[in-house]
Amino acid sequence: MRLDQLPLNRPAKVSAIAWDEMAQTTAKRLRELGFDEGVTVEAVHVAPFGKDPIACRVGRMTVALRRAQAQQISVEAIAA
Amino acid sequence: MNPAPMVALVGNPNAGKSALFNALTGARQKVGNYPGVTVERKAGRMSLPDGRPIELVDLPGTYSLEPASPDEQVTRDVVLGKQSGERLPSALVIVIDATNLDNHLRFALQLIGLGLPVVVALNMVDMAARDGLTIDAARLAKELGVPVIPTVAVRRRGVEELKAALSEKLIGEGATRIAAGPGIVDEDIVVLQRRARKIALATTTEEHGARRWSHRIDAIALHPVMGPALLAIILFVMFQAVFAWAQTPMDAITALFDQIGKWVDTVLPAGFLRSLLSEGVIKGTGAVIVFLPQILILFFFILLLEATGYMVRAAFMMDRVMARVGLSGRAFIPLLSSFACAVPGIMATRTIDDPKDRLTTILIAPLTTCSARLPVYTLIIGACIPARQVLPGIGLQGLVLFGLYVLGVCGALLAALVLRRTVTKGPSHGFMMEMPKYQLPSIRDVALGLWTRCLIFLKRAGTIILASNVILWVLASYPVAPAGQKQTEYSIAGHIASAIEVVVKPIGFNHNIALALPPAMAAREVAVSALATTYAIDAGDNEDATDQALSGRLSKDWPLPTALAFLMWFVFAPQCLSTIAVTRRETNGWKWPAFMVSYLFVLAYVAAGATFWIATWAGL
Repeated sequence: MRLDQLPLNRPAKVSAIAWDEMAQTTAKRLRELGFDEGVTVEAVHVAPFGKDPIACRVGRMTVALRRAQAQQISVEAIAA
Repeated sequence: MNPAPMVALVGNPNAGKSALFNALTGARQKVGNYPGVTVERKAGRMSLPDGRPIELVDLPGTYSLEPASPDEQVTRDVVLGKQSGERLPSALVIVIDATNLDNHLRFALQLIGLGLPVVVALNMVDMAARDGLTIDAARLAKELGVPVIPTVAVRRRGVEELKAALSEKLIGEGATRIAAGPGIVDEDIVVLQRRARKIALATTTEEHGARRWSHRIDAIALHPVMGPALLAIILFVMFQAVFAWAQTPMDAITALFDQIGKWVDTVLPAGFLRSLLSEGVIKGTGAVIVFLPQILILFFFILLLEATGYMVRAAFMMDRVMARVGLSGRAFIPLLSSFACAVPGIMATRTIDDPKDRLTTILIAPLTTCSARLPVYTLIIGACIPARQVLPGIGLQGLVLFGLYVLGVCGALLAALVLRRTVTKGPSHGFMMEMPKYQLPSIRDVALGLWTRCLIFLKRAGTIILASNVILWVLASYPVAPAGQKQTEYSIAGHIASAIEVVVKPIGFNHNIALALPPAMAAREVAVSALATTYAIDAGDNEDATDQALSGRLSKDWPLPTALAFLMWFVFAPQCLSTIAVTRRETNGWKWPAFMVSYLFVLAYVAAGATFWIATWAGL
């Protein structure tokens, strides 16, 4: 599953990030904001117009990103 | 003289660095710029418990030392001692957010790796407690190998302890370490991040069941229906307050300047000095200073929205709308600040990573209605638009003012759309932003921010605005017109205005407007004082008119189409030297300011002309 398809408030683990397919600055920002293989993410809010961007919880931080970027992040649901 | 040791404050964005800086230095701050780059340098004085003075420098908040933006470059260069015009810091105070250790520790580890003496301020421990997090500061200090002081910067807690720890560091290892010089530990960001996460896990105990406040507030603030409604209400209240709250202080300031004017008239004998003082200096400057309350109220709201963390939520909600015109939600913050003033707005574009996005935002920022236009709008609307009720509770004057704001916003969005497809064409880099926790800002920090703004405005009123008023007054008063001729036409300024009038006559502008346009280039609000000065000079010929208010004269003198065209001109015209100067600085050259000025003038001329002719044709 991709991060943009993840239902709200359902924690998941990042399984892969398509680092090579994104601009270098985008990759750097994503890393700085705490995205990494193995971390837990949870989509918590979507913007009111067009449901884009989405707000995700990564670690203890809430990070906003567009669906286009979320598509490059693969996640695995955590078995509850 | 031995200069005070310099200590740099470093940390992630949203770590509470500025609040800590305020708590440590109080009002003794100096805001400047690093040479050659568009990065603000904020420095202040503080004293250690033993009385030794320290120069504290607040470095831009960044996530790492990898230079991708000018801000990051400066932070990196300062801590490495490579920044021109800055000494190598004698010590670093690293500010980390207790509620976000994972992320902030990564940067802290990178900074500690430099080898400079370090004290860590574990900030916002109150928020951590609220979120059910307990952090073992002693354990953290052991893991990091540096002193860790828990603080709550906004409430000024832990400040004395921090000073004491810093004092010890500066005695202990200050001089010896610097000889070695710092070096970047070339560790991968991912490796640092994983180490940070491990330390955070080991030092934090999480109490389960504690709900995160920010998340709860966001459930409403970002709700699909309530979210936009709340944003609309906040913006409405903000603009409403600018008018409603400002009325009383504005009346007081007007009364004060009237008193000073009358006093000058009684003390000084009639002649050059008295006329210069009462007509040029007092009337002119008073006409501008009167708007200080409105400007401060607007800034108060902007500062509040920023300090509470709501501003980023607004950017989040507006991203989609901004994407439609080729920008991102990040552009929303500078544009909203531009309602106060385009200068801080344009400076706020530094947070936009994408250069094309940033340039577009700079170019359209002057189109949002800044507070300096308010004096002009208020005067003209008050004078020329009838105070009629359109609907119960909604007056025509207020509606026209609202319309002018909307027009500015539409103009800005439309301009962005066109620019993004032509001059600033390029791929969009999306939107990625940390959403900080909600915070109750301290009154002190907001007051300090307002005070800085107040000083800047008064300095402008005392320099640029005063100077343009005096020059205008002299040019408009000499040579003295013979009997039967109008002073504003006979004088030097009158001749200049007559030349300009040829160009602006087709769009409905009269001689007095032509006279006010060149000084209004200095700053928009000068248009008001310029009109006040010219009408005061003309009234001097005709004694019984002196007491009549400026708006009364305008309403007699200006036909409605002219007034509307004049308003329209001010929606679009690039009349502010500071904006042009800041655009030059931010874009590193004259190309973009020149482009900006030209496209805005063309827009203004066309819009004012169209308005004038349509209004005339409609028989208004």
